[in-house]
Amino acid sequence: MRKSVFISLAAALLGAAALGGSELMPVPAGIYLPLFRGENDLKEIPVARFLLASTAVTNGEFLDFVRANPQWQRSRVKRLFADDGYLQQWSGDTELGSRCTAAQPVTWVSWFAAKAYAAWKGGRLPTTAEWELAAGIGFTREDGAKEPEFKQAIARWYASPSPATLPAAGTGRANLHGLRDLHGLIWEWTSDFNSAIVTGDARGDTGLERQLFCGAGSLGAKDTSNFPAFMRFGFRSSLKASYTVHNLGFRYAKDP
Amino acid sequence: MKTNAHFISTLRPGAAALLLGSLLAFPAIAAEGPGTTPPKGPMAKGVDPEIVGEEKAVLTSPPLVPPPITRKTPTKLVVNLEVIEKVKRMADGVDYLFWTFGGDVPGSFIRVRQGDLIEFHLGNNPANKMPHNIDLHAVTGPGGGAASSFTAPGHQSQFSFKALNPGLYVYHCATAPVGMHVANGMYGLILVEPKEGLPKVDHEYYVMQGDFYTAGAFGEEGLQSFDQAKAVNEQPSYVVFNGAVGSLVGDRALKAKVNETVRLYVGNGGPNLSSSFHVIGEIFDQVYQEGGTIPTQKNVQTTIVPPGGSAIVEFKTDVPGTYIIVDHALFRAFNKGALGMLKVEGPENLLAYSGKEVDETYLGSAGMSQDSKVAELEQQKKEAIKADPKIAGLSKDILMEKGKRVFSQTCFACHQMTGEGIPGVFPPLAKSDFLMADKSRAITAIIKGLSGPIKVNDKDFNGVMPPVAINDEQVAQVLTYVRNEWGNTGDIVTVDEVRKVRAEGAH
Repeated sequence: MRKSVFISLAAALLGAAALGGSELMPVPAGIYLPLFRGENDLKEIPVARFLLASTAVTNGEFLDFVRANPQWQRSRVKRLFADDGYLQQWSGDTELGSRCTAAQPVTWVSWFAAKAYAAWKGGRLPTTAEWELAAGIGFTREDGAKEPEFKQAIARWYASPSPATLPAAGTGRANLHGLRDLHGLIWEWTSDFNSAIVTGDARGDTGLERQLFCGAGSLGAKDTSNFPAFMRFGFRSSLKASYTVHNLGFRYAKDP
Repeated sequence: MKTNAHFISTLRPGAAALLLGSLLAFPAIAAEGPGTTPPKGPMAKGVDPEIVGEEKAVLTSPPLVPPPITRKTPTKLVVNLEVIEKVKRMADGVDYLFWTFGGDVPGSFIRVRQGDLIEFHLGNNPANKMPHNIDLHAVTGPGGGAASSFTAPGHQSQFSFKALNPGLYVYHCATAPVGMHVANGMYGLILVEPKEGLPKVDHEYYVMQGDFYTAGAFGEEGLQSFDQAKAVNEQPSYVVFNGAVGSLVGDRALKAKVNETVRLYVGNGGPNLSSSFHVIGEIFDQVYQEGGTIPTQKNVQTTIVPPGGSAIVEFKTDVPGTYIIVDHALFRAFNKGALGMLKVEGPENLLAYSGKEVDETYLGSAGMSQDSKVAELEQQKKEAIKADPKIAGLSKDILMEKGKRVFSQTCFACHQMTGEGIPGVFPPLAKSDFLMADKSRAITAIIKGLSGPIKVNDKDFNGVMPPVAINDEQVAQVLTYVRNEWGNTGDIVTVDEVRKVRAEGAH
């Protein structure tokens, strides 16, 4: 037991030393073309320049957050805001234990918790448009869709099973603007993760909802060949704000 | 803050979704008038007066099928199905990350009775990466359950439906991109048995075809990833039954005995290719085309099963043997894995099938006699040797090779593979003066046997070698071999020489 704790600590220190932690990186303004679009939705969403954390929030960072904000500790959080799985990889309210390391991205966090963390850091969660725009940037060029190596790296993640142990955050290859792990590590929350499905209008709901299923999934889709984008939208749409999932974490954004 | 407004509507815990789901799935039962507030949650559907009791559904892995339903009344049937993403074998040395219903491809076979109220629980294994749902073609209602079963990893959805229509139905995941979910193995069959049941048979099996799109070509080893371009172009690397090459072959073959009735529940997950389903050497006595409930055709050789469709085929076994199950679009069977087996055991039925009655050389019907054909071939051979003398040597190599095969099947038991024989019992052939001294005597020894005292390399032997039942070509081959092996050097022994000795002996 003592040994594994030591290893976790060592890994955490190594990770921090090697990666220098997360930094807020500027993402240039751009136009996001939504994958799904209802009749009343914009065809193009302008995205202003914003700052995005270079890596996902880690267990270690989230530990600081729950120490400072006890209402987000595992035993104290309201079930309305986080389901039963919340931080289940930790050994206690303020202990990581041996099943995870401080350098790994924090997962098993709800949207509410992620949102609270981002606010605590003086930021916010990125919108889907912001996140997707950042995720479309390639390793060596602005438009990742034109970079075969970048596309292959994305496809590889979908073709491999979830690893038993998540790699440390920040170990993925940086994109052109220094952002890491937008693909290939975990799924990430966005502020409006479910707006592709729920609009509040029941009639609209059914229309949109059916778009995601079966062959109808291609109706109203901007680019039917962008399978990773479909999978991200699918994943986001399957969530509720209180859900926690083993491979779902987040990073935060900030206005410049 | 426009985005936050969306959340307010979702915070009411799934109320809208539940209400919507129950209205869509149970239009007849949840007949709420407009203006009334429908109840929320599972009670929204009301109580079905027909339903008697509650059962947990038996699910089976392919190729097995749950036992027939003997109940005479509809019940509430609880189905628990788990989505599991796991690396499994696609072919020898080839792995693939399959997305499965219940851990197998195709997914667990679900058997219900017409009129049953199915309470469906779809669990998405916590270790999975993807959200999934299920569209059961047996469901009447938008999305076939898909809209009500969309489930994130580590979560579970529940919905209920009444099995209104009997038949054999495909179920599959319908999450976008749906083709990819299906191409990764997310499909299976659900049988809604008619109220009166199906006629009793001796065996029921579950066979489902699917096409797979791997980055590597057929047989390329290692963990293969999904190839989107191949999938979109409908060019599969694999077309298989039950999720892998060889899943119904050898020890895993379907089994039956002679004079038994067999029913196959055949499905096709696709996602792209229709199956020309055929069992080589069997005729389907009857086919429930497209998985309907009436036997629509009798005496069928090949039935077509489209992606997202099914068929039920029935036949009686008459003759023992191995019956090959194929997609009769044959390159899929030969080159892409669409091949299974049904092994039928029992006594021969020679009146139904004789087996091979005649096996002889056939030289064509061009009006040429066998002798003149042989003469012509001989002439061709001589000309070829004249043009390239090395061919003559080559023909000796061929004789040696064939002779070795004859020796190792027929002669080695006594003379040993080393040609040394056994001292005092079986004379040696290696460096044997007796063998090499007289070619005709050696031929005679094989075709007529040899007994009595002989002296080989100055050692006495007095035994019996029986005649060896091999043909003239084989005698020539094996003698060429033994006379040129183990340090012996001799010329070749021709078929003509053997024939001549045999003819002389006949006098």
